[in-house]
Amino acid sequence: MDRPISARRRRIVAGLGLGLAAGIAPIRIAEGASERSLRGTGDLGIVVERASGSVLIVDQSEYAAIGRVEGLGDLSHASAVFSPDQRYAFIFGRDGGLSKIDILAQNLAARVQQAGNSIGGAISDDGTLVAVSNYEPGGVRVFDAETLVLIADIPAEWPGGLSKTVGLVDAPGRRFVFSLWDAGETWIADFSQGEVPRMTRISGIGANPYDALITGDGRRYIAGLFGEDGLTALDLWQNPPTPRKILAGYGRGEEKLPVYKMPHLEGWALAGDRFALPAIGRHEILWVDAASLSEIGRTATHGQPVFAVARPDGRQVWVNFAHPLNDTLQVIDSPSGEIVATLTPGPATLHMEFTPRGHELWVSVRDAGRIDIYDTATFAKKAEIAAQDPSGIFFTARAHRIGL
Amino acid sequence: MPDWCASAVLIAVLAAVPALAGEIGPARAAELERLVRHDCGSCHGMTLKGGLGSDLTAERLDGLEPDGLAEIILDGVPGTAMPPWRPLLSEGEALWIAQYLLGAAE
Repeated sequence: MDRPISARRRRIVAGLGLGLAAGIAPIRIAEGASERSLRGTGDLGIVVERASGSVLIVDQSEYAAIGRVEGLGDLSHASAVFSPDQRYAFIFGRDGGLSKIDILAQNLAARVQQAGNSIGGAISDDGTLVAVSNYEPGGVRVFDAETLVLIADIPAEWPGGLSKTVGLVDAPGRRFVFSLWDAGETWIADFSQGEVPRMTRISGIGANPYDALITGDGRRYIAGLFGEDGLTALDLWQNPPTPRKILAGYGRGEEKLPVYKMPHLEGWALAGDRFALPAIGRHEILWVDAASLSEIGRTATHGQPVFAVARPDGRQVWVNFAHPLNDTLQVIDSPSGEIVATLTPGPATLHMEFTPRGHELWVSVRDAGRIDIYDTATFAKKAEIAAQDPSGIFFTARAHRIGL
Repeated sequence: MPDWCASAVLIAVLAAVPALAGEIGPARAAELERLVRHDCGSCHGMTLKGGLGSDLTAERLDGLEPDGLAEIILDGVPGTAMPPWRPLLSEGEALWIAQYLLGAAE
């Protein structure tokens, strides 16, 4: 706790001139804490280096990598969440490894090999529980965020055995929500009463949910379906929530294109009064009215969208694409649905992250070994940072966002 | 989802892709290896131990014929998330990948 307090003092000292003028007594910096050792983490982030099992710690303000933490296992398809104090990142590796890294100390604080094969995780609203979604063994495991000691094991049992789980998110009320790829169900694990979760199982979600999102207000959970055209929405304010199909048959029965990369829904974009959703097996973004959840339009895109991410103000949606068209980004103007920029960062443009207020976009260009940084107003490239096979970029501001 | 191995065996029995993998030069081979690790790896894992897609380690594939595996790569597995790669890969390239997978862990 020393550092945040000291950092605040530094700011107060920086404003000393004003303080003295107003007759306020100066506050001294604590003895022993040098000015240089103090810093906040609010403009920091991590970049997953998928092949080398490491993460870069990056500084948004300096356009720089400021450290690297290694020894994190197989990080292909890895993702991360942050502790409420934005000091620790929890990294979910593909190989079932769960790592907790200290962003300030730039070291590994804790690590557990918790399963054989994993896909993402979440942190509870109170920051005390970290949940991991596992393919093998299928289910969700929940850990103490402080120690990474196992708190709860939730096997995703269904008549076919154990289902792979996907679309794991946090929801208000110390809950986690996730979906069962094989079983077509969504489960809610409610830890509000303690360490033994109360489970709600919702069937009839649809064929092969492959990922899901929760809206920023924590109310709607929307699962994308691979096995059918459409998505399923749950209103988490209902008890129990009733599945509601949206965009059913959006492919209109047409044969879909081969899908070489599953879209991701975590980045599904709420852009003003509408969502932008990636269509499966189609070169399209689907626009959905946020209130009625009905389709209001489509935008033809360069390729099959993987991520469609709204700038934090919702004015733009940035889209990247599946192999083999994955060297390109497109920017869509949300109100008109028109493409206003097409950029070509380079081979394997994989993951995008906006700065918290959206003035810049960071994007990983895996096969070029770079992070590129774009100005979202001019679309000019402002900087680049070298990285080893970079994929996911995660800024600490996620710590304070539901579902991220 | 249909059992992947059963499909593989069935297709292996039916398949008759001529062996063309020898035509892949070292530069293309390096690209294909990267494709397997990183793009196939989206579903099958960078270490090929599986994910949303099945385990493709040599131990798991042991006993399958390269030609049958190449057919699966080219035509996909209907009813599953495995897409046909024929639009992106030649038959010789698919066979190279099949042989790479079968030998990768030996």
